[in-house]
Amino acid sequence: MRKSLFALCLALLPVTGLAAGGGDAHLRDMTPDLHDKASLQNGMKLFVNYCMGCHSLEHQRFSRAAEDLEIPRELVEEHLIFADDHAFNDQMSNAMNSEEGAAWFGAAPPDLTLVTRLRGVDWVYSYLLGFYRDPQRPTGVNNTVFPLVAMPNVLEPLQGVQRQVCSDAEHEGGSECHLELVREGSMSPDEFERAMFDLTNFLAYVGEPSRLKAEALAPKVLIFLFVFAIVAYLLKREYWRDVH
Amino acid sequence: MADDGVNKGRRRFLVAATTVIGAVGAVSVAVPFLSSWQPSARARAAGAPVKADISKLEPGQRMVVEWRGRPVWILDRSTEMIQRTKALSADRLADPDSSKPQQPDYAQGPLRSIRPEIGVFIGICTHLGCSPLFRPEPNAEGVGVDDWPGGFFCPCHGSRFDLAGRVFRNVPAPLNLEVPPYYFESDAVIVVGASEDEEAA
Amino acid sequence: MGNPNKPKAQRGVMRWVDERFPATQLWQDHVSRYYAPRNFNFWYFFGSLALLVLVNQILTGIWLTMSYTPTAEDAFASVEYIMRDVEWGWLIRYLHTTGASAFFVVIYLHMFRGLLYGSYKAPRELVWVFGMAIYLALMAEAFMGYLLPWGQMSYWGAQVITSLFSAIPAIGPGLAEWIRGDYLVTGITLNRFFALHVVALPIVILALVVLHIVALHEVGSNNPDGIEIKDKTDADGKPLDGIPFHPYYTVKDLVGVAVFLFVFCVVVFYFPEGGGYFIEKPNFEPADPLQTPDHIAPVWYFTPFYAILRGVTFSIFGLEAKFLGVVCMGLAIGLLFVLPWLDRSPVRSMRYKGWISRVMLGLFVVCFSVLGVLGVLPSTETRTTIAQVCTLGYFAYFLLMPFYTRLEKTRPVPERVTD
Repeated sequence: MRKSLFALCLALLPVTGLAAGGGDAHLRDMTPDLHDKASLQNGMKLFVNYCMGCHSLEHQRFSRAAEDLEIPRELVEEHLIFADDHAFNDQMSNAMNSEEGAAWFGAAPPDLTLVTRLRGVDWVYSYLLGFYRDPQRPTGVNNTVFPLVAMPNVLEPLQGVQRQVCSDAEHEGGSECHLELVREGSMSPDEFERAMFDLTNFLAYVGEPSRLKAEALAPKVLIFLFVFAIVAYLLKREYWRDVH
Repeated sequence: MADDGVNKGRRRFLVAATTVIGAVGAVSVAVPFLSSWQPSARARAAGAPVKADISKLEPGQRMVVEWRGRPVWILDRSTEMIQRTKALSADRLADPDSSKPQQPDYAQGPLRSIRPEIGVFIGICTHLGCSPLFRPEPNAEGVGVDDWPGGFFCPCHGSRFDLAGRVFRNVPAPLNLEVPPYYFESDAVIVVGASEDEEAA
Repeated sequence: MGNPNKPKAQRGVMRWVDERFPATQLWQDHVSRYYAPRNFNFWYFFGSLALLVLVNQILTGIWLTMSYTPTAEDAFASVEYIMRDVEWGWLIRYLHTTGASAFFVVIYLHMFRGLLYGSYKAPRELVWVFGMAIYLALMAEAFMGYLLPWGQMSYWGAQVITSLFSAIPAIGPGLAEWIRGDYLVTGITLNRFFALHVVALPIVILALVVLHIVALHEVGSNNPDGIEIKDKTDADGKPLDGIPFHPYYTVKDLVGVAVFLFVFCVVVFYFPEGGGYFIEKPNFEPADPLQTPDHIAPVWYFTPFYAILRGVTFSIFGLEAKFLGVVCMGLAIGLLFVLPWLDRSPVRSMRYKGWISRVMLGLFVVCFSVLGVLGVLPSTETRTTIAQVCTLGYFAYFLLMPFYTRLEKTRPVPERVTD
């Protein structure tokens, strides 16, 4: 045990790539817009409807989201809180325990409060868009950024079904693959991308709910320090006349 | 290091300006540190109003809910209990008209409640914090007086309260039982911990 | 009875105090009549900035302790509780995490100043040794503090560093277990690291800071020219090239403080993760003893030493590579302590040292920086070779110092400080 730990210390596990193990996919760019309340609200709605059956946000309170996303309390209580044991002030946990999750999916669905800070928004966005048909998988789907993912594509009714098409020609970086839609869902590809933007946006908010507060406060602090620096500099110059 | 040519006025002004700005900065820095001692979201969630379903509560019965870690009694007073309470002679009570601020404005008067039959009280004796026992039947035993009109008896130091939580005279407890803010969300649901007007906010 | 001639206030409250406590004397000795050379430059801001960051760490640290739970079950959640549920908790925590990195930025620049102007040379050996002790205590403080969020990087970082001790022959394995209090890093380790981080080490650091400053004020500050200002005094015994610390350096440092705080706040408010170097990404996942993150790297301020440790991949004299790695890392830090006795140059400042010293200092800075970069990257064969070369450069700076500082031709030192 000790030996292996030490080996680990020396070798520093020279593995690159992503947590799922060497996904070589190109990530799609995604820049969150925390000022877009409509997007965040839609993201929360999508999360509660499609993700929260299995994934929790165990550090995020409904009430805090309602306040930050400007959703009235009644709407949250009516449309976003399903479980009877959840109150408005509670965290967005869920009833599924991790052993059940592990038994059903082979891996416990992780808590997603900090997923955007752990893996980055680009990864989350690409992951949500990256499901494609793979009959060899027990769930029938695979993912471009998370190969052999245990999660089924719960968004399939919205997205439709994609398949992966790889060109035979060997390019420099291996064969190039892309996804194409083989069966349409209830949303058009553009609508679906927009929805996934909203969902990722919401998760970016959840990862750091203080971000907007920080950015609202920052200019005031910096202007104050700037003024202070100028006055301090003038004071210094005044006193240092004695020295020079 | 010659002192001549020093512009004393300018120097004094700049020292004052730096001091003032520095003081403003120090106070601003203190704000987050001091505000962080406010009850956190967790504490506020734990202290949030609680809802109770009173549809199953029968006249003469009492239920207990927990609010901010304290027992809150919800008492359904029968017509007979209300009459007994109203008939109680004022000189046996320390504060018969509940003039001391132990209840919200909407729960004053002899019955200290919004609806006459439903009494809501924090079940903590105003003497030293024990939880009094429920002794609703007239002339109950072990309450230390003979003509007992029904009410609450504190086993710790023998304080007595009537069915409206009003404290008797000549007991250690100085004040009536506290009535928490509450309102009726519907006929069957009572919300303890907030008044109706606050809850909208 | 104290000094009968000690300075006292003429009247009022201060007079009353001065008769019982040397307030005026302390103020004069350390501030208003502490004569500092008048030619301090940019590099001389970092001492007072280190003090500022120390105060920030202590204040924010005390406040974090109020809401943090030091148990393996709740530590991770309690950090998120601070970030979300506690009012302003996010700001206090970011001030603390950013402050940790800022501390090392400031300390490294402060130490570089010492190397540059020979501030460690006689009679300032103890100032330097106390300073190095602060640096060592600070590394322990930072390392233990990093375990507290109980994220993946916290956990595996602690696992790896505590395993270092197992490399020591004979007593090693037992020692590592003794430090952890368990066979692995567990809640027991977390509890003791918490106690050391919030109580023991801050006391040690504060005491060392006092010693550092008392020693400095005993011998007086060095300066970019590396000459003694006490050698040339006026009729009253005041150094001709000295100016009272207050008001001249207090107002000057105030400018430094303002500029520093500006940069510091930009990071705190806009980039608290410091690009993944101040708060590492895997630390957003709770510690999992069964799964190591794909890529673990220490926080940036430890990486040069980490790269030295990893760079030793061969065994000499029948000693195992892993043991040699630990020895090299220890030596890399230990050599800094004896620096005052390695430098045999007749002059202090790099301004008047010969070209070999300049080249060697440049080499040292390059090697230290390259090692720092290598320490955050996964190792490859090429990188290991580069790390070995840089390790050699690092040691050459110290071990060859007695020779090149004595042999090289120095330049004439001026009588008075230059502007």
